[in-house]
Amino acid sequence: MSTTTSRRVKLTFPRGVHPPERKELAEARLIEVIASPKKVAVPLLQHLGAPCEAVVKTRDMVETGDLLGSSEAFVSAPVHSPIAGKVIKAGVCTLPNGRHVPTVPVKADGDQLEGDALWDAILGGDWPTEGLDSHTPEAIIQAVRDAGIVGMGGAAFPTHVKLTRNDAKPIDTLLINGCECEPYLTADDQLMRQAPGPIIAGAKLAARAAGAERVIVGIETNKPDALAAIRSAAAGTGVEVMEVKTKYPQGGEKQLILATLGRTVPTGGLPLDIGVVVSNVASAAAIAGAVLRGRPLTHRVLTVTGKGIAEPKNLLVPIGITYGEILDACGGLTPDAVRVVAGGPMMGFSIGNLETPITKGSSGILALTRDEVRQAPETNCVRCGRCVDACPLNLVPTKIALASRHGDWDLAKKYHAQACMECGCCALQCPASIPLVQLIRVGKAALSV
Amino acid sequence: MAEEKPNAADASKPTIEVAPSPHLSNTALTTRRMMLDVIIALVPVLIMAVWVFKWYAVLQVGLCVLACLAAEYLLACKLRGRPSSLGDLSAAVTGVILGLSLPWSAPWYVAVIASFAAIGLGKVVFGGVGMNIFNPAMVGRAFVMISFSVALGSGAYVMTGGMEVVSQATPLTAGKMEAAVVELWPLFVGNVNGSLGETSAIACLLGGIFLMVRRTASWEIPASLIATVVVLAGGAQLAGIFPNLTVAHHLLGGSLLFGAFFIATDPVSSPMTIKGKFIYGAGTGAAIMVIRLFSGYPEGVMFAVLLMNGLVPLINNWTVPVPFGGPVPERK
Repeated sequence: MSTTTSRRVKLTFPRGVHPPERKELAEARLIEVIASPKKVAVPLLQHLGAPCEAVVKTRDMVETGDLLGSSEAFVSAPVHSPIAGKVIKAGVCTLPNGRHVPTVPVKADGDQLEGDALWDAILGGDWPTEGLDSHTPEAIIQAVRDAGIVGMGGAAFPTHVKLTRNDAKPIDTLLINGCECEPYLTADDQLMRQAPGPIIAGAKLAARAAGAERVIVGIETNKPDALAAIRSAAAGTGVEVMEVKTKYPQGGEKQLILATLGRTVPTGGLPLDIGVVVSNVASAAAIAGAVLRGRPLTHRVLTVTGKGIAEPKNLLVPIGITYGEILDACGGLTPDAVRVVAGGPMMGFSIGNLETPITKGSSGILALTRDEVRQAPETNCVRCGRCVDACPLNLVPTKIALASRHGDWDLAKKYHAQACMECGCCALQCPASIPLVQLIRVGKAALSV
Repeated sequence: MAEEKPNAADASKPTIEVAPSPHLSNTALTTRRMMLDVIIALVPVLIMAVWVFKWYAVLQVGLCVLACLAAEYLLACKLRGRPSSLGDLSAAVTGVILGLSLPWSAPWYVAVIASFAAIGLGKVVFGGVGMNIFNPAMVGRAFVMISFSVALGSGAYVMTGGMEVVSQATPLTAGKMEAAVVELWPLFVGNVNGSLGETSAIACLLGGIFLMVRRTASWEIPASLIATVVVLAGGAQLAGIFPNLTVAHHLLGGSLLFGAFFIATDPVSSPMTIKGKFIYGAGTGAAIMVIRLFSGYPEGVMFAVLLMNGLVPLINNWTVPVPFGGPVPERK
């Protein structure tokens, strides 16, 4: 298998950067099922779109998978309970991105689905690859919506909206994103190795719903075991597997579409404008669970890693468990940890409160020490142009940052500040250690008013 | 940025800070490292300069470096009340380049005045490192070129009765003013007269390639500059202008290679985008050839670079790149 890959054409996109991968901390760790927590707090808004309203009252008893909150709006996704227990008094939490959202806390009561049994129910066992067309697109989309599935790569966009057919914009290709281009994270890698069956089944179901003729799974070259597992599970099913060059941000949907299909998503537009739908491997697995086993989205796999955690692991966790509990399950923070990041190191949010609950889009927790985040003091920009060389979207980050620093919003607009996706490539390369992304964020915020 | 947790007194519990993404940075790459790369790339040139001009090279370059450092300290730090910025090596680099662009015979006060003009007028008045529009070394050299025209004119390079190499005019002066036939091999190696850094083409090439490999200098500017010079010099040869100065003479003679790799590639005074760099390189090459062919000066690199530096803000304006996927759509 590895001899043929070296001769394949490496698909890629222009510019981008090569940050240190640092995946060796957790990449060999098989996914562990975390012990069922005594309490979860399920946020009512964990997705892009309208927040849910609670459909249960305090002191209601719920089973695993019961509906906790839903919304009438089209762009929304219901939330379900990951444990069996009693609903307690509604709370509020602050999500890593800073939003305050109400939560439905559930206190565990009674027998819980745990360990191997939980794994088998969600991801284990056999997954059919034949006869999936017997499910109609409408039935698939309804099942996906009812299960509350959202984009689990981080954006958390309600998946049923993505898969709904739009006659004005037909979809011809479904891309499954198995790149996991952020350093440190290995959850998708392990998911592909350990549960390729539901990923392929979910991909085929999603393609059936959206009307896509072609299904492609894109995986970076630094995951040879995942490539092998997915290739073997996809054999004979019509699902293609494309190996893409390892580079950050290959997992960004615009970059993945460019690398695998050669198509360009218009700025401010969506992949569906050019006939493509992109979904994360975990979302695909969740789709399979929803359609074939009737399971709502209640658990997800994430990576806990970094030098600041005692035991790096890949874990299957319930939605609504706190960051603190997960860190404790990994041996706790080491004394020299200085930053806890929700997500990857390039785009993740640094969190200050470990009581924050996990949401459907949380892909990783990093506990970083001082030398992993070492940032030199900021000096003057010498216009070296490395940020221009790195930006995958062809922008001039230093000019936008300069404009933002001085409040010159016209200049920021002229340099297309709003096109920035805040990937962090520019700030990684800057020899002067200028906080380019933060300055550009200021510019984007000012221009969006 | 560090947030003190309530139990910070307990040494085993970590103190967690909050900061914006990205949380990684490439610590090996600093501005200081880039300046150090330039100094390392100049070592072959310095070695050749010392080999050809002996003690004069050491004196000139050393004096310029010291004067630039002193100027930076007095003007950028003391006068403006800022902490010392000598550590970022930018003044040292200016000093070395300025020293290498002076003739061996320039008196000590010319070197010192050039250094103060370079740092003061070329950098500090604009706001310090990264803010200047013009290449500071060239500002300093232009200042003394005009103020001390005899000390820096063509005659300054020639001295009879001294070292053999300085008994003749510089190659381009010889070819242009005296219609002499100039040999190419000495131009390549460096056994000719000229300013301290320009004599050896091979040393400039070695240093330039090092800089491009390290990505401290972009390849676009030297490439477009040299290509433009080749085209225009070829045209001039075909048209019969200064027929004994061939394309090879223009490439290897004068400070073309030194300018292409070390002066025009100064990141602060050159454009930031790739398209802009090509335009800048081509424009500088064209300006160099126009000055060489049609003006009273034998050499045109310094003025060409300063001229194009002035156009860089305009070039940056013209070459705002279109984002991948097209421009941001207007909000309806």
